[in-house]
Amino acid sequence: MAVCVAVIAKENYPLYIRSVPTESELKFHYMVHTSLDVVDEKISAMGKALVDQRELYLGLLYPTEDYKVYGYVTNSKVKFVMVVDSSNTALRDNEIRSMFRKLHNSYTDVMCNPFYNPGDRIQSRAFDSMVTTMMIQVC
Amino acid sequence: MMSKSDGDICFGNPTELHGTKAQIPNVATEKNTFTRLDDEDKQRVPLIHGYSKLRSSTEQMHPAPYEARQPLVQSEGPSSGGPGAKAPRHQASLIRSFSVEREAQDSNSNYPDEPWRITEEQREYYVNQFRSLQPDPSSFISGSVAKNFFTKSKLSIPELSYIWELSDADCDGALTLPEFCAAFHLIVARKNGYPLPESLPPTLQPDYLQAAFPKPKWECALFDSYSESMPASQQARDSNRMEKATIKDAAADFPAPTQATTGDDSQALKSTADEALPKDMSKDPAIPKDSSSLKARPRSRSYSSTSIEEAMKRGEDPPTPPPRPQKTHSRASSLDLNKVFQPSVPATKSGLLPPPPALPPRPCASQSEQALDAESHPQLSRAPSQAAESSPTKKDTHAQPPLKPIRRKFRTENQATENQEPSATVGGPSSAATAKAHPTVQKQSSKQKKAIQTAIRKNKEANAVLARLNSELQQQLKEVHQERIALENQLEQLRPVTVL
Repeated sequence: MAVCVAVIAKENYPLYIRSVPTESELKFHYMVHTSLDVVDEKISAMGKALVDQRELYLGLLYPTEDYKVYGYVTNSKVKFVMVVDSSNTALRDNEIRSMFRKLHNSYTDVMCNPFYNPGDRIQSRAFDSMVTTMMIQVC
Repeated sequence: MMSKSDGDICFGNPTELHGTKAQIPNVATEKNTFTRLDDEDKQRVPLIHGYSKLRSSTEQMHPAPYEARQPLVQSEGPSSGGPGAKAPRHQASLIRSFSVEREAQDSNSNYPDEPWRITEEQREYYVNQFRSLQPDPSSFISGSVAKNFFTKSKLSIPELSYIWELSDADCDGALTLPEFCAAFHLIVARKNGYPLPESLPPTLQPDYLQAAFPKPKWECALFDSYSESMPASQQARDSNRMEKATIKDAAADFPAPTQATTGDDSQALKSTADEALPKDMSKDPAIPKDSSSLKARPRSRSYSSTSIEEAMKRGEDPPTPPPRPQKTHSRASSLDLNKVFQPSVPATKSGLLPPPPALPPRPCASQSEQALDAESHPQLSRAPSQAAESSPTKKDTHAQPPLKPIRRKFRTENQATENQEPSATVGGPSSAATAKAHPTVQKQSSKQKKAIQTAIRKNKEANAVLARLNSELQQQLKEVHQERIALENQLEQLRPVTVL
């Protein structure tokens, strides 16, 4: 039920951002941007904690009246941010986790492509299709 | 899009149903509608499967319309006369559609997707290229290696990225042989203007490629021939030439598209195997011609992507083989003769090393050895003697070990001069005799011309010999001069000690 999915690079610029084109995308972009602060906060709070699957998933970053924003950070400080619609029946945490896991897997597939330079925008069609399924599945 | 195709199938299915219904009566000529229905059901299933092969995405839709139509069929069942009457009308179109369906099924199994089907020659070519990157055909090519290789195809990076995405089925960042063939084939197709598919075509799936082409047999054969040719090409010149012929024959089996690429191949082979033997150049044009004639046959069968394969070939040539050590010495010592010799010395002499000082008297005294030496080195002397006869300046163009050819050149020159001296002397009196015997102006002029030519040759050779002597003596003079300078320096170093 993601209405917006974003992949943010380590330097906090977007590698990939896509939202359901029903509403103005600018709003989603803004939400993602503001959520980065929260992500950084959570990362720094972790400090030298062990990095395992659970801590890659940051959980709910902050809820707004309409949307909830979830975060996930990889070991290379690449962040995935997902915005879901609050009006939908609340998604269980596991589902969100599984969605992030799928995102992460697709992202690693993109990385495996030697023609992809880390730091470029993600233009992989496989990644696109995976995100589409996530978003459609949600909608 | 999906709904539309579903709709098509939904519309298509009733006709298929009718088709089966129509055909069964023809075949079975039974009146029992229920048995007909059962037969239809049985026949329907393979149709579904066959059709679903073509449109796998709509598999889920198939049971639904059929279930929906079963009551229809059953209701139509009792009115057997109706379908029977309609049968002849629909039959033609339905049979056509059914045959098309069957054709499609067959074609699906035969994969006539021409752009995405790899022919045997292409397959060999791809395998060859794979081997050039990775000798072990069962291992894989790393991402960076493949990236460099495919970048040479001059496609844009996003396209290459997409091709990689399609072909690397297991997304491991490395290409196995079937993956590599698929990627290569996609690049070739793209270069020829075919748009890239949305998903990997079935003919390019790794499992299909592995199954379709029995790799181990001819791979081993090719590998063996390749390995044979490689060390063989390191041998001596004559065997080198022989082996080059065999390499080129083996290469002829590879789908090298054009003469240019085979020329590149042969040149690459030459550059790697040769040690700058310009003599081979006279014989090499013959070999590429033979190999090109051999390749003319597979070329007619080859896929239309000659231009891309050419480009790929050119791009894949080993990065500019080291330039052939030219007319200058190949195994010469570090002494750079161009600097040693003054510019006043003719540039033609720069290719020679000075023979040991004992040599100068040799030309005078070694005339007796010439015959023996000339016989023992017929090949080498042939070329130098030919060159000598043509023009003395070209003698320097031989890139052979300098000392030996110089000696041989001396001998052969002298031999040539010797040969020509008696011939000239023979020619002289003969010309005189003939002139006296046959006082015709033409014969006299021809004989005189010959005499003049031989005299010119003699003089040129003598000139060359003397010039060489001159250069050698100058070299010796320089060495002595340098020794003198060194001694003077030592003396000066010693002097201040005594003065002070």
